[in-house]
Amino acid sequence: MTDSMNEAQQGAIGQPVERVDGPLKVTGRATYAYEHIDGRAPAHGYMLGAAIAKGRIAGIDTTAAEQAPGVLHVMTHRNAPAQAEFGPPVSAEVFTRARPVLASDRIRYYDEPVALVVAESFEAARAAAALIEVRYEKEAGVFDQEAHLDDTYAPEMANAGNETDSAVGNFDEAFSTAEVQIDVTYRTPYEHHNPMEPHATLAIWHGDEVTIHTSAQTLANYQVGLANTLGIPAERVRVISPFIGGGFGTKLIVHADTVLAALAARVLKRPVKMALTRQQMFANTGYRAQMIQRVRFGAQADGRLTAIGHDVNSATSNFEEFCEQTAAFTRSLYAAPNRLTRHRLVGVDLNRGEWMRSPGEAPGMLAFECAMDELAERLELDPIALRIRNEPDEDPERGVPFSTRNLVACMEEGARRFGWEKRRATPGQLREGRKLIGYGMAAAIRPNYIGAATAKVEINAKGRVTARLDMTDIGTGTYTILTQVAAETLGVPLSAVKVELGDSRFPLTAGSGGSWGAASSGTALYRACLAIKEQILELASTHAESPLRGIDLAQASFIEGRLEVGERHERLGALMRRIAPQGLEAEGSVASFRDSESYQNYSQHAYGAHFAEVEVDGDTGEIRLRRMLSAIGAGRILNPQTARSQILGGMTWGIGAALMEESHLDPRHGCFINHDLAEYHVPVNADIRDLEVVFLEERDERANPFGSKGLGELGVCGVGAAVANAIYNASGVRVREFPITLDKLLPGLPAMEA
Amino acid sequence: MQPFSYERAEDEQQAVAMASSHPEARFISGGTNLLDLMKLGVERPTHLIDISRLPLARIETTENNGLRIGAQVRNSDLAAHPQVRSRYPLLAQALLAGASGQIRNKASTAGNLLQRTRCYYFYDRNMPCNKREPGSGCAALEGFNRMHAVLGGSEACIAVHPSDMAVAMAALDASVETLSADGNERRIPLAELHQLPGEDPHVETSLAHGEMITAVTLPPPPAGRQLYRKVRDRASYAFALVSVAIIANASGGRIEHARIAMGGVAAKPWRTRDIEQALSAAPASARTCSEAAEAALEGAQGYGGNDFKIPLAKRTLRHTLATAIEPV
Repeated sequence: MTDSMNEAQQGAIGQPVERVDGPLKVTGRATYAYEHIDGRAPAHGYMLGAAIAKGRIAGIDTTAAEQAPGVLHVMTHRNAPAQAEFGPPVSAEVFTRARPVLASDRIRYYDEPVALVVAESFEAARAAAALIEVRYEKEAGVFDQEAHLDDTYAPEMANAGNETDSAVGNFDEAFSTAEVQIDVTYRTPYEHHNPMEPHATLAIWHGDEVTIHTSAQTLANYQVGLANTLGIPAERVRVISPFIGGGFGTKLIVHADTVLAALAARVLKRPVKMALTRQQMFANTGYRAQMIQRVRFGAQADGRLTAIGHDVNSATSNFEEFCEQTAAFTRSLYAAPNRLTRHRLVGVDLNRGEWMRSPGEAPGMLAFECAMDELAERLELDPIALRIRNEPDEDPERGVPFSTRNLVACMEEGARRFGWEKRRATPGQLREGRKLIGYGMAAAIRPNYIGAATAKVEINAKGRVTARLDMTDIGTGTYTILTQVAAETLGVPLSAVKVELGDSRFPLTAGSGGSWGAASSGTALYRACLAIKEQILELASTHAESPLRGIDLAQASFIEGRLEVGERHERLGALMRRIAPQGLEAEGSVASFRDSESYQNYSQHAYGAHFAEVEVDGDTGEIRLRRMLSAIGAGRILNPQTARSQILGGMTWGIGAALMEESHLDPRHGCFINHDLAEYHVPVNADIRDLEVVFLEERDERANPFGSKGLGELGVCGVGAAVANAIYNASGVRVREFPITLDKLLPGLPAMEA
Repeated sequence: MQPFSYERAEDEQQAVAMASSHPEARFISGGTNLLDLMKLGVERPTHLIDISRLPLARIETTENNGLRIGAQVRNSDLAAHPQVRSRYPLLAQALLAGASGQIRNKASTAGNLLQRTRCYYFYDRNMPCNKREPGSGCAALEGFNRMHAVLGGSEACIAVHPSDMAVAMAALDASVETLSADGNERRIPLAELHQLPGEDPHVETSLAHGEMITAVTLPPPPAGRQLYRKVRDRASYAFALVSVAIIANASGGRIEHARIAMGGVAAKPWRTRDIEQALSAAPASARTCSEAAEAALEGAQGYGGNDFKIPLAKRTLRHTLATAIEPV
């Protein structure tokens, strides 16, 4: 049987299937971690965070808290159970290393947990936590990246296995001798993920085994990470996470809620649950770091790039390094014979930065694709023409061919549908009343990955199919896509398939992250379904009770719940009752992209082009997005409805990054001071008026059996730059410090006649 | 949140009596602000008196053809009231520019007036804040102060009052009616309800402990166009960077009268009566608008992050005033 799902005979793949978990969610029957009830009523934990950002706890008085009504236990570093050491700032086991909490008197970052109160209610625990008195010995910390650029260092590696630096040809010489030079520096702020569902865990011990109901993107990381922290074998940790209220990269590794719930539940011999508050999430669950990016282009007068330089300086935690791969995409995007990309870090006394949706491209393309716009203007070229002029024939740094690359088609088709020809090359020319109108575009690129995964599939005597994986659905549509994959492969209706996810007892997958969920889990499940088909065919042609016994089934097909061969067909359920009344099961798996020949031999990315129209109020500088169109080349689209939702969500993220998202770090206190959703602005409905998504479908047969590519993050990449370029086109003001808020625009706005 | 006791008042007299017998009591109505602050430990009342069901939810025309708005009228009901929409559109505009639909459905008229500042440092108990903890200092002065006051601030506090509704009411010459435990009723012009921080930023209003707002009254609206312009970082659910409320009338090339109030710039709605007087009979010209805008921000002081509010307020005021006095 071929390992490629070329056709969609059943009509399950490629259809806009509504999400199968939708009814559960809209009727409140999807149970999230904090809502789970399992036997005894749980006790409630509340975490008290440090009031300083660096130093040590000189004294802590928990007497009043312990005596407060409803309090069961107060845990501090003085009585917390033993945990493994945290270890050095860089570890190969970043996803699974021990992450002890309340382990010492040291304070490494603001709001780091200093105590846990467990009580009969959340409110009692929180009230008691306020009674704990902590005396601190405060130390001076480093919080201001800009003020410490002298302490810049080069990390060993950037995230996701990317090299810290890359160099091709002689950048310095080519840049310094180029006819046209662009040398610009952009700044991007700290940002926080802020999923709707906070980090939350219910921990239940049975003997020396613990079950963790939590909100996780990748169960194995939680399982091994918690086991390493507690110093117990991973087999004694079970992680359950069937529904997740958003992840965006902040639920890839264990955080304090999981560790503390597990510790307290063991001490109390009672289930304990706890959730982080929104405010606590800002300090304790990771963020996207602040960055300074210098982008340099050397070009010929005809627009051909001779030199591309992208230097990134990012803040990173002093106790655990994270280097976002912000310049990595630059290595694959445009052609130029001389190239230089570098990642550098400045240590600050913050919690560790983490993977945030589209790590690398999200901040990197903001700078890079705006700089391209600056180059296009300097050259008096249309931004699309400039990009087409520098379209590479092969991956410009790896020297391997692209698997498929639809960037030019995305730009051209997107421009046609958007009405790009209405754009004026000179900024500030389009006005409607006192509104300045502008158009902008940017390209999008995002690597296509595949993670190691295994799936188990069962078919019972009624022909009903159950698939199990430790995969998660973080709102992306995984349940739905996998249902489609099984239905398509086995030729059964969607209603005959049940997909069970989110239990670490199920076969291991790579979870949700890196936009690889559908490809990784889907391929494993597809192969498991192929394997079970082989079993069915074998039994159907050999089993004594089979009506098809002795018939050559090489040309048989599974369709509409039947096994068909020539003129004959047998209903799958009826056949199963005869040949395998006990049911059948099979596994399928896929290896990581790192072990894939196809990945080594081809440069695999998804592409897109974003087009934005903005209005700038000529009096106040207020910026509002009017409409946006994204043309997406991400291989085969498995489900146009869930895919569109992913791109729309990504676009909304990009719009937020361009216009409003920013966590303000007060360098005097080491504290993200706007730590709630009233003051950390993300777009609201009124900001998102008219978004359109166009898929330019293709099959990338080198990517996976479906010919699809990951797209959960692609929608973010470049969006903010398209918005920023539109703002420049509207106003003539180039703001190089994101987000572009009106105060940065105001000083440069053209005079308005009264 | 620290433990507290709760009781519900059956009538106004009982409510104020309850308050006077608990020095740490707070009235609660919609709770959209107070409960958030209690959860964070910023507000720590030991006793709550629920006044949300008092019979103070009527909107009625007064004898002088003004409007009397019960203290418990919800923001969304007030914005939708026919009299408000037809005669006081400034108020409807301001209300609908504030918060979200859900919050407006809960928030009361009096509660809106008495909401606390959104200063980040006020909200975080680990930070110094003279408003939350008198004498602890002001972290905003040299901190992150993009949202903060440019008018009427002090070395002790530069917080702003976040209400949109109050700005419109200030321009409409509203008064509040109050009741005290001793049975005393008094009327306070809205302009005198909120206080500038001075050395005591924790004292925010001229209300005594236990004194309860029972109504807001509006005189008949002056002739002319009413405009509320709110400038904010996103299209909805964001506090004003600056806002401008204008009621103005012009004819024959002259301004007959104009009223101006600004929000987002001070610890109270910022009325500019001297400028209003100067505008009376001034030419209805662009120059007049520019001069009024310059005058309105005279003495304004930025603290770094909020410097932009000064030119922003001028530009917003100038254009909004110009729009208000445009010939029909």
